[in-house]
Amino acid sequence: MALPQAKQDALAARIAGLSFRREGWLGAARAEALARLTAMGLPAKRDEYWRYTDPSSLTAVEPPKAAVFDASDETAVFDGIDRLRVVFVDGVFDAAASDDLALAGVEIERLSQAGGADIHWARDVYGVLEARGQVPVERPLAALNSAFATDGLLIRVTGKAARPIALHYVHNSDSSDAILHHLVKLEAGAELTLLESGPGAARFSGVMEVEVAPGARFHHVRSQGRDHQRRAVTHIFARLGAGALFKSFTVTANGVLTRNEAVLELAGDDAVAHVAGAALGDGDFHHDDTVFVTHAAERCESRQVFKKVLKNGAVGVFQGKILVKPGAQKTDGYQISQSLLLDEDSQFLAKPELEIYADDVKCSHGSTSGAIDETALFYLRSRGVPERVAQSLLVLAFLAEALGEIEDEAIAEDIRQRLEGWLARHEH
Amino acid sequence: MLQIKNLHVKLEEEDKQILKGVDLTVKAGEVHAIMGPNGSGKSTLSYVLSGRDGYEVTEGSATLDGEELLEMEPEERAAAGLFLAFQYPVEIPGVGNMTFLRTAVNAQRKARGQEEMSAGDFLKEVRAKAKTLKIDAEMLKRPVNVGFSGGEKKRNEILQMAMLEPKMCILDETDSGLDVDAMKLVSEGVNALRDAGRAFLVITHYQRLLDHIKPDVVHIMANGRIIKTGGPELALEVENNGYADLLAEVQ
Repeated sequence: MALPQAKQDALAARIAGLSFRREGWLGAARAEALARLTAMGLPAKRDEYWRYTDPSSLTAVEPPKAAVFDASDETAVFDGIDRLRVVFVDGVFDAAASDDLALAGVEIERLSQAGGADIHWARDVYGVLEARGQVPVERPLAALNSAFATDGLLIRVTGKAARPIALHYVHNSDSSDAILHHLVKLEAGAELTLLESGPGAARFSGVMEVEVAPGARFHHVRSQGRDHQRRAVTHIFARLGAGALFKSFTVTANGVLTRNEAVLELAGDDAVAHVAGAALGDGDFHHDDTVFVTHAAERCESRQVFKKVLKNGAVGVFQGKILVKPGAQKTDGYQISQSLLLDEDSQFLAKPELEIYADDVKCSHGSTSGAIDETALFYLRSRGVPERVAQSLLVLAFLAEALGEIEDEAIAEDIRQRLEGWLARHEH
Repeated sequence: MLQIKNLHVKLEEEDKQILKGVDLTVKAGEVHAIMGPNGSGKSTLSYVLSGRDGYEVTEGSATLDGEELLEMEPEERAAAGLFLAFQYPVEIPGVGNMTFLRTAVNAQRKARGQEEMSAGDFLKEVRAKAKTLKIDAEMLKRPVNVGFSGGEKKRNEILQMAMLEPKMCILDETDSGLDVDAMKLVSEGVNALRDAGRAFLVITHYQRLLDHIKPDVVHIMANGRIIKTGGPELALEVENNGYADLLAEVQ
């Protein structure tokens, strides 16, 4: 079915200024992505999965201006963690600020440099997981990213990575429009922790495709913080082999628009996938978590834990689905989405979905919206804890289940400090 | 220490007068008990003194060492030395008991202009005090009151009291939901804190708690007022004859 002319025109305008490189294996993958995008067109407010989030600023030809944010009053995120640091400024790799891309147990290359070859391991992953993730729900912005990403990292993990890799995205221009695409391939039994901080651009598009082979373990912790005016759309596509583990946690503090999609496929038996998020918004803040977990094998476990703290008209969205395919017996699926509304102006929109085609499964889901527990607040105050401190304690308690999804204690503590910092700056 | 004068309180939401002129004076070192039938206003008195929302003071005053309590925020009252052991201690998922205790202790010290307690000193003290109340390390680690039995919750209240060292302690039906052994344990915890500089106001339905925590003065409260004040023998009289005779006497 051909797209309506208006949709064709909108897409043509959006991609007119983007550079399309045809050479090498990557050129072929890009062409396929472009074909997917052309068939879908850009997302619009009428699309089923964009009803709660207006995509127009993400699909506009130019990104809305976003003032550069100075966060230097706080220690940089993950600064205390021994890590391999890779820096992108407004989507452009910054060699001077980055460490050498060398790490025991890991091969790291830049997409912009590795794409020209004829043969590369990345051929089997790039755009492949993204394409799988387009069914049954279309994700045109991910296809756009695959077609036009200017850079990113190709990370192949063959053993246990000696230390985490940290991607730092710096925002330095008020009109930057970054498109980055990363691949992570963990070979059987390999292990990696990937950290991300940013997003760093006026408008940021990030796709990460993660192939987790049998028995491999992937940990992902992301801090999207403090930059008030930036807009971001991110996608994580992951496929897990037998006994593989995938754990992703995101903290989002501020940002006028954030759409984080996670599309996870439990393809091998006994795989475990957890995805969690803590979002804190004050005022002009729209945060959308859209998650799709597919159980395609037996005895797999998935957890979705999303918590949002909203005030002064901030908006939170959660669209989460668990799909249990025929034969995916003994599935253990869990999904919780909760918001803490600190005033009556804020809004939380949740659409939890379960679709189950196997008969021996355990799936639970819940979604709540509530205010601070006044009884608990009084109890704390009656013990001498000032109201402001008591509120912060209760907000952190609300977020605890999501934060608990970070396994590494030092990283969890770093994130916890971000949350405390936010609470101190946004006193009630 | 605590002086309540002609205290009148109504519910904020509805036009219902709960306290209708309470007068009460508690001196340092004393233990006072308030007994009374259901709905007499005993718990309301404890909530109003500690600053809970939902009540409106229409007349009267309540001072702690001369300072007007009713104008203070709940945390200021706590820092001034007031402590309420709740009838129903609140569960707070996600906040560790230890974090809670330490935050409270240090917040009060800060409010009084004292140095914060070091982590080491705090730990030492809390462990020692927890031990006498038979509160194990596991309970200290768990979220505040979450999954605690009725007895554990009440012991946890006493532990907080022991750590915060208030000068005026109000115990609101601390005996409710306790078996004999737990009541003994809680009472011992309270008795250990009795000294010349500290006073207690023990609210209870039953005389049995007063076998363990011996009061100096007993008040009978009914219909929002204290209708009779006497010595420990008054509690025994209630135990034997119920409230009916006393109420009839007043009317």
